Amino acid sequence: MMYLTRKIEFSASHLYHNPALSAEENRRIFGKCNNPHGHGHNYTLEVTVAGEPDPVTGMVLDLKELKAILEREITERMDHRFLNYEVAELKGQIPTCENIARVIWKLLEPKITQGRLHKVRLYESADIFAECYRNGASHA
Amino acid sequence: MSDDLKIVFGRRYRFAASHRLHSEKLSDEENCRVYGKCNNPYGHGHNYVVEISVSGTVDPATGMIVNLTDLDSFVQGEVIEAFDHKSLNEDVGVFRATVPTTENLCKEIYQRLKHFPLAKLERVRVEETSNNAFEYAGEEIQDRVAVH
Repeated sequence: MMYLTRKIEFSASHLYHNPALSAEENRRIFGKCNNPHGHGHNYTLEVTVAGEPDPVTGMVLDLKELKAILEREITERMDHRFLNYEVAELKGQIPTCENIARVIWKLLEPKITQGRLHKVRLYESADIFAECYRNGASHA
Repeated sequence: MSDDLKIVFGRRYRFAASHRLHSEKLSDEENCRVYGKCNNPYGHGHNYVVEISVSGTVDPATGMIVNLTDLDSFVQGEVIEAFDHKSLNEDVGVFRATVPTTENLCKEIYQRLKHFPLAKLERVRVEETSNNAFEYAGEEIQDRVAVH
C-alpha cells in the first residue's frame, strides 16, 4: 500500500462559544478562544490518500486532481472565512480542530475516487493539530 | 457521534536537557565506538520536541476530546518539570540504569503519560533534533502502527 500526502494552507477566523452555557462557563472552558469578536489562525492541512500505484501511470492518483479537489472543497470554502458564520458544515458545532478535521474528512472522502482517503491532519498552529481517520486504520 | 471515524488530538511541547550515551555493559572502547561523540563524559544537550497524541470522544458541548489546559498541566507535571533543564542521566531516576537514548526517552515519556485520565494516549513522538524523530505507541498495538 502506498500513502501519499498533499499539504495546503488556509487562513480563517473563529471563536469558541456554546450558547447552551453561561457566559462565565464559556469563559472558563474556552478562555481566550471565547473572545466574541473571534481570532484567526493559519491552518495547515495534510491529506493522505492510500492506494496502489496504477501500473501505467505509476500514480495512486493524479496530484493535479487532488490539488483541484482540495482547492474546490476546502480552500474556496474556508480560506479567509469566519468559520462559525460562513461554513455551513460547521453550523451548530464549535469550530475546534477536532470538529473541522471531521468536516474536512466528510467533504473529501466522497470526492476522492482514485485511491481512498486515509487520513486528514489539520494544524491550527505548529503545536496544535487534530487527525481524522477510519477506526482501525493504521497510523501512516 | 455514531460514524466510524477516529479523531486524534495532538500537541507539541518543548524541553531542553543534557545527556550522555554510555552503557555500563560495554567497555570504554566499545562505548566510544558505539556512541561516538555522544559518549563525551561531560555530556551534551538538545532542544527536544515532544508530540503527544490522544484520542477519545469529541464532547459536543465543547468540540474537544480534551481541554488543552488539562492536557498541558498533566504533561507539564509529568514530563516537562522533570526533564526541562535537567541532566537526563543524573536527574531522572530511570536513566541511572538505562541509557538515555531518544528511543528510551520516548518510552519513558509514554509510561509517564499513559495514565492520563481524560483521554487515551495514542502515541508519543520525540524529536531529538529537527533531523531525528522517534515514535512509540505502546507494545500492545505496536504491530499495527505504521510509523513514518
